[in-house]
Amino acid sequence: MWSEISQRQDKAESVAQIAPGHLPAASKKDTRMETFLEVEQLSKTYVEGKPVFDGVSFGIERGEFVCIIGHSGCGKTTVLNVLAGLDQASSGHVFMDGREVLGPSLERGVVFQGHALMPWLTVRQNIAFAVRSKWPEWSRAQVDEHVCKYVKLVGLESAIDKKPSQLSGGMKQRVGIARAFSVQPKMLLLDEPFGALDALTRGSIQDELIDIVRSTGQTVFMITHDVDEAIFLADRILLMSNGAQTAQGYLPGGIAEVVLNTLPAERKRAGLHHLDGYYELRNHIVDFLVSRAKPQDGH
Amino acid sequence: MNSSLRLKSSLLSLLILTVLLAVWQIATQPRLAAPTATVTLTPEQIEYQKMLGKDPAASSTSAEAGKGAGFPTPMQMAQTIYKHLSDPIYDNGPNDKGIMIQLAHSLARVGLGFALACLAAIPLGFVIGMSPLLYRAFDPFIQVLKPISPLAWMPLALYTIKDSSISGIFVIFICSVWPMLINTAFGVASVRRDWLNVAATLELSAPRKAFEVILPAAAPTILTGMRISMGIAWLVIVAAEMLVGGTGIGYFVWNEWNNLSLTNVIFAVLVIGVVGMLLDLSFARLQKWVTYVE
Repeated sequence: MWSEISQRQDKAESVAQIAPGHLPAASKKDTRMETFLEVEQLSKTYVEGKPVFDGVSFGIERGEFVCIIGHSGCGKTTVLNVLAGLDQASSGHVFMDGREVLGPSLERGVVFQGHALMPWLTVRQNIAFAVRSKWPEWSRAQVDEHVCKYVKLVGLESAIDKKPSQLSGGMKQRVGIARAFSVQPKMLLLDEPFGALDALTRGSIQDELIDIVRSTGQTVFMITHDVDEAIFLADRILLMSNGAQTAQGYLPGGIAEVVLNTLPAERKRAGLHHLDGYYELRNHIVDFLVSRAKPQDGH
Repeated sequence: MNSSLRLKSSLLSLLILTVLLAVWQIATQPRLAAPTATVTLTPEQIEYQKMLGKDPAASSTSAEAGKGAGFPTPMQMAQTIYKHLSDPIYDNGPNDKGIMIQLAHSLARVGLGFALACLAAIPLGFVIGMSPLLYRAFDPFIQVLKPISPLAWMPLALYTIKDSSISGIFVIFICSVWPMLINTAFGVASVRRDWLNVAATLELSAPRKAFEVILPAAAPTILTGMRISMGIAWLVIVAAEMLVGGTGIGYFVWNEWNNLSLTNVIFAVLVIGVVGMLLDLSFARLQKWVTYVE
């Protein structure tokens, strides 16, 4: 079926280009490093003896779109922040492109839940701010040209000189996406970017996002609460369970299952629910969320 | 809608002013009962009153206008205001200077003390705000030093600095420093996590992070602190100049009180109010300029 255990086998083909000199901690695990992003035995503990999640391991191939679904409090955002380098895991390692992730970097663009635009800058200045960080040697004209290109990509040419406060929620999130793409990161991390948007806006931004991702071959890791969004966007969906107190003692949260999306790659949002296998896929994920994601309910 | 509200409020303000002036006029009007009283006085009684220094005839006819003594009427007040404003810049020695010269002295002291306070408080506040360790370490000192009346520093300042003019500037400095320091530290410490995360993922250098993210984010709070400081500084300069003497609007008030010229004192009080308002307005303008809508 499309369902796999989290300890899945690595794909045979090597997509990551590994520079031999850059493998300090990982050289002993050569087979593992073929994956573009490798997460190994991640755990995060706030209360001693009761880790929020433990033993989280997964890989992401270059150009792959991976969604993670789980209830609030299971630690999805923490996982994403660790991948971004904004948070430290209690134990475990993250490797990207053969190098360990030890802090934030321009190689990993982040789209934040609350757009996180600087309210005192216009759309143009917000994106230029990011572009200048990546290419400080660029001239003003070069930066502006690059900014315009990415603003156009998300269809906001008309609002380019507006402040974020003058934009709708969907437009702000578009700017956030354009900003993340503009620095051309090796990997894009999205923290539930469409959570606060209405269904119509969400749909159209999803379309834009998938178009950009497909045309650029961007590797994406995204948190979502929306099952349909995950099915539409993701190549693989990680199902994450909450930590819980069970009859057998405390059970930390973690990746309970990895679901491979078997729907055709060129799927359209409008016809999604007519595709063969859509309902099986959807039911499987919803069943997980309802009965298995929180062990104290299901077991 | 908006313009009609403005019109109504202006009319109401005007009405309040008229009522206040009328009350003032009535309260300071020469006693009308006095002339009738003189009629009933016997010549001996008038003689006795004159010996006491009270001339019933003079006080009723000239309506106490002879000297600056007593509370002025609105008309006398207007004359004084006109007199001062028509010749604002002159210098006839230490006790007779034009109002603009006195004001300039006060503003220069406030400006200098305030500028020095900015130079000290804003960078220090920035550092304290960025470091939770320093925030906690400095907090007890700030909490103890903040409530001290700036004038209480005056003897220490006079003793150590040995110059009354610089002591005045020091007093302005010490009273302006705290609101700016506290607001800057608070503004810097409460910059939204999201923006700092953006700065981190963009690998910003420390100076770029400070000047392009934290400073604009904290600017409205910092300016609020500066505005409060300026308000306090303008309150304190009057008291400080009364103590150190020599020049300034505060000294002018004290000097005119010693001259028993209430008219001049009232004039100075009005000038202090108007200048204070203008200072506050200019900071409000600046504040509006750096404020952003989220």
